[in-house]
Amino acid sequence: MRTEEAAILPPPPTFCRGRPVVANVFDRLRTLVLSVFLIAAFALPAFAGAFEDAVAKFANDEFSDTEEAIGTIATSGNPLAFPIISALGEDRLSADPDTRKVFITQADGKIIDAATGAAVDKLPDNAASVRLNNRLRRTVEAALGGLTLLSPDPVKRIAAAQSVFKTHDETMLPVVDGALAKETNKAAKQAFAEARAAILLYKQDATDVEKLEAIVAVKARGDQEAMALLTGLGSDQSPAVASAAANATAAIQRTLALWSTVQNAWYGLSLGSVLLLAAIGLAITFGVMGVINMAHGEMVMIGAYTTFVVQETIRTSYPGLFDYSLLIAVPLAFIVAGAIGVLIERTIIRFLYGRPLETLLATWGLSLVLQQAVRTAFGPTNREVGNPSWMSGAFELGQITITYNRLWILCFTLAVFAILLAMLRYTALGLEMRAVTQNRRMAASMGIATSRVDALTFGLGSGIAGIAGVALSQIDNVSPNLGQSYIIDSFMVVVFGGVGNLWGTLVGAFTLGIANKFLEPVAGAVLAKIAILVLIILFIQKRPRGLFALKGRAVEA
Amino acid sequence: MNIMDTRATSALLYLDGVHVSFDGFHAINNLSLTLAPGEMRAIIGPNGAGKTTMMDIITGKTKPDQGTVLFDGVTDLTRLDETRIAELGIGRKFQKPTVFESQTIEDNLLLALNVDHSVKGTLFWRETRPETERIERVLETIRLKDARNRLAGSLSHGQKQWLEIGMLLAQDPKLLLVDEPVAGMTDVETHQTAELLKEINKDKTIMVVEHDMTFVRELGVKVTCLHEGTVLAEGTIDQVSSNDRVVEVYLGR
Amino acid sequence: MMPHVLTRSLDRSASIFLLVVAALGVLIPLSNLLLPSGSIFQVPTYLVALFGKYVCYAVLALSIDLIWGYCGILSLGHGAFFALGGYAMGMYLMRQIGSRGVYGNPILPDFMVFLNYPKLPWYWHGFDMFWFAALMVLVVPGLLAFCFGWLAFRSRVTGVYLSIITQAMTYALLLAFFRNDFGFGGNNGLTDFKDILGFNVQADGTRAALFLLSCLALIIAFLICRAVVTSKLGKVLIAVRDAESRTRFLGYRVESYKLFVFTLSACMAGVAGALYVPQVGIINPGEFAPGNSIEAVIWVAVGGRGTLIGAALGAIVVNYAKTYFTSGPLAPYWLFMLGALFILVTLLLPKGLIGTFNEWWEPYKARRLSDAAESAAREDGVSEPNPAE
Repeated sequence: MRTEEAAILPPPPTFCRGRPVVANVFDRLRTLVLSVFLIAAFALPAFAGAFEDAVAKFANDEFSDTEEAIGTIATSGNPLAFPIISALGEDRLSADPDTRKVFITQADGKIIDAATGAAVDKLPDNAASVRLNNRLRRTVEAALGGLTLLSPDPVKRIAAAQSVFKTHDETMLPVVDGALAKETNKAAKQAFAEARAAILLYKQDATDVEKLEAIVAVKARGDQEAMALLTGLGSDQSPAVASAAANATAAIQRTLALWSTVQNAWYGLSLGSVLLLAAIGLAITFGVMGVINMAHGEMVMIGAYTTFVVQETIRTSYPGLFDYSLLIAVPLAFIVAGAIGVLIERTIIRFLYGRPLETLLATWGLSLVLQQAVRTAFGPTNREVGNPSWMSGAFELGQITITYNRLWILCFTLAVFAILLAMLRYTALGLEMRAVTQNRRMAASMGIATSRVDALTFGLGSGIAGIAGVALSQIDNVSPNLGQSYIIDSFMVVVFGGVGNLWGTLVGAFTLGIANKFLEPVAGAVLAKIAILVLIILFIQKRPRGLFALKGRAVEA
Repeated sequence: MNIMDTRATSALLYLDGVHVSFDGFHAINNLSLTLAPGEMRAIIGPNGAGKTTMMDIITGKTKPDQGTVLFDGVTDLTRLDETRIAELGIGRKFQKPTVFESQTIEDNLLLALNVDHSVKGTLFWRETRPETERIERVLETIRLKDARNRLAGSLSHGQKQWLEIGMLLAQDPKLLLVDEPVAGMTDVETHQTAELLKEINKDKTIMVVEHDMTFVRELGVKVTCLHEGTVLAEGTIDQVSSNDRVVEVYLGR
Repeated sequence: MMPHVLTRSLDRSASIFLLVVAALGVLIPLSNLLLPSGSIFQVPTYLVALFGKYVCYAVLALSIDLIWGYCGILSLGHGAFFALGGYAMGMYLMRQIGSRGVYGNPILPDFMVFLNYPKLPWYWHGFDMFWFAALMVLVVPGLLAFCFGWLAFRSRVTGVYLSIITQAMTYALLLAFFRNDFGFGGNNGLTDFKDILGFNVQADGTRAALFLLSCLALIIAFLICRAVVTSKLGKVLIAVRDAESRTRFLGYRVESYKLFVFTLSACMAGVAGALYVPQVGIINPGEFAPGNSIEAVIWVAVGGRGTLIGAALGAIVVNYAKTYFTSGPLAPYWLFMLGALFILVTLLLPKGLIGTFNEWWEPYKARRLSDAAESAAREDGVSEPNPAE
């Protein structure tokens, strides 16, 4: 407990003063907070004159006076109390030592008199902001905490109750009881009840019955904090309480383990969808055509920049359309990236068929050119691409939070995959593509214009990369380096899944995504990534042609 | 069973009940075939009959799903890789002539010589008299003596076929698998190749896959006809070509 | 190596190349040290260091050419071996700082003190001894290459698959070395070196000596590569490059050949990295970036793969161009030029500068030497191979 406190008081000077000060501050705080709650809870409006006097004390610019003033104001019940103290905490409170008037600079820049709430034109010239030291900062925070437990806003009340749940300070019990009795909001009531249970659980003189009830309430909550609360319980409990706590801990542990699995699975699916999106175009160019396109990542980047341009145009000319910006950007990105793809195929790649290693080098060179071109046109820094309203925010599913943008990207990826699959299977171009892949010479002699099919296939792969760029612009920084961060991962997915097989790419992407996210809690993000790379390297040695490899004579082609 | 065993030990190459399938397609289906030491056998069969796949199995490139492949009656070829099988004394000429195009003809033969093939051996290799003489002899046999310093890539198709046969000779294997040796050759060259193979057959066992019936007839050896991965008919060329089923397979139903 | 292996390997162009390198290796340091500064013939110290860097790159290029040009293995992760050699040397140089660091700790390098390392990690032990560090310069890259190659070649991972997983390898190392708790200084890497074998790394004399050593390394690397590619092993490598499975059917254990040459190449890259680090004064994880490895490949492509002189010259020419352009007003366009170089060389000059020159020169030379000894002709087959896949 004590080290924790010490760690919170930050810069070295206070740090050096050592333990006594810390303890001292802590005791004082406790008394202060207690008094704040007791008095505020019963809302004694008796300090009207005292309030103005207290406010004026800020003008003394003495730490002790400021502390006293905070105490008085916090307990005054005056509607200005909260604005004053929060202004103090955020360095927006200033005082004129001559007139002893105190002013609040509001968030919108307007200035009001702290004692009366009357608007003021401008700050007096000699007004100086009221200074704080680290000890006072804690006092301010504590006072604000007390004020928020009784805040008119239920969201704030709940937050305050949550913090009480964590600290389970028994001096808060009367306040929590009082608040609980008056509470009408269901969620807030629940929060107060939990806070109360937490306090009782740790209260020295609480009866076993009270404690057992508390354990039930805490167990019902069932999250990480409930678990921390139960495991933090000292060993000096009665056998009944101890075993109930142990049972509850185990139950919570199971729930938590389940939820954390669900959570990891979701993160894994989400990462997998990003990988799939980035790799799917590559699965076409590399998997179907056998072309190693190192500039694939740059096609993704171009898609992201197309989104940026679309949004800029909308911002300046048609602000009302912003929510539709992505819908407009998807076809545009497909066309832009696809057109560039066709151009690349016609000017570079078609001269390099059958020379995969040269293709690799040439397209790497191309990626450098494209990156530098974008850097020249749009600047080297990140460009801002906004989320439309329907992609912002999140919702709770049990104990996990699902953000809308991740969910949409997952759906979008699956849709793109399905469309692509249908296209390959049911359209004339798809049929021609498969024919050319399987036997180029035969296809040519059947009258298929193979060079046209090559160009279109490459364009399709690039266009899909462009679409991926639209989606990735929503979760990643749009910069000239965007593509590079995906290229290795994309190749890993395609190679792991098995070249020439779209389903392999799908399975590969989700396997890698989920494996990565399940390794992360064990190994950490970077080590998980390294482990995945090493595993893929080992896997390729075991199955050189990926998960879903073609067999037989076709392999030789 | 007892008879089988004695046959297996006396045969140089023994295949029994071999199956291979690729993604559901049965390339080789219950194939059984034996080659006696010193024999020359011609294998015929329409496209997709499994001729090349059979050679892939014998040389270790493809592993059969089931079946026995024995060399010299004792060595199980299905457990060995290409390198080991080549070391045992099985040489192969590919359907599409495969020579080292950016190296000279002489170097091609030098590489094929069955001398020390270890990394250390080749790093510290020095030309020895017997080796030179052997290369000389092979060059003479395949009639490329004057072209010895030309790059193999500059040879005509027929010459490449011969060079590859020459490489087989330099390799000095017990068993030669020769896949379509006269494809792309003139009549004169075809005739010469037949003579060459007969010459080689004096001290080596040979399996030839060939479509050219004149050539097969000229070889005058036992013929095996494969169809859909299994043996359809076996016998002299006249017996096989008069076999009803063979005619049906070749001429359509 | 046996003498005949070395003597056989020298033809005229190789001898000229070696003489030029040796002459520059002696003359540049001498001019730097003996001539008064300001003289037009005096090579300033910064240029000596710059040239030294180029020579190290040339060694790296040779190592890549040995496997790519002659055996068809395109490694996109050779920068990793270079960087590992560099780190091994960097660790030695860090240990030499001793108590002269900012924190004055006699054992722990500054970054370890800063990151609260209680003691020296086990893998840092021994690097205070030069011989040990020098050994590690060879062993660490060599061992990694051996293990990696053993797995990859045995399961016949070839072509672009191999290229992609070598890239993944260097990428994984990049991520690992960026970590502070990996024990190699995190993203700052190793720097602030003081001295090497007791000589101040900043001193003109040391720099001159390092340059001379780099040239010597280039000469030795060149001789080793020549010896390898002109031996029968070299012919086997080319056979593997041109028709891998044919080579196998002749009874060669292809994976052993690949493994040998890959490991040898990694050791050479390690030496290049080790000489590079004291001359540039820093080694950081950026050296592992996949882009670096690919850039090194293009040096070889520009000079002409399958020609050793071409690889070395390619490294020097491209890097000179890089220095020239990135320090001038054309700096923003350098990446355009580099990118265009990749594209144009692969499209228009697949044999590279020297390869194309040879192609044009050989027929003329062949006519002149038509009555030359057969053994000489046999070597030509190796020195101008066809770079087809």
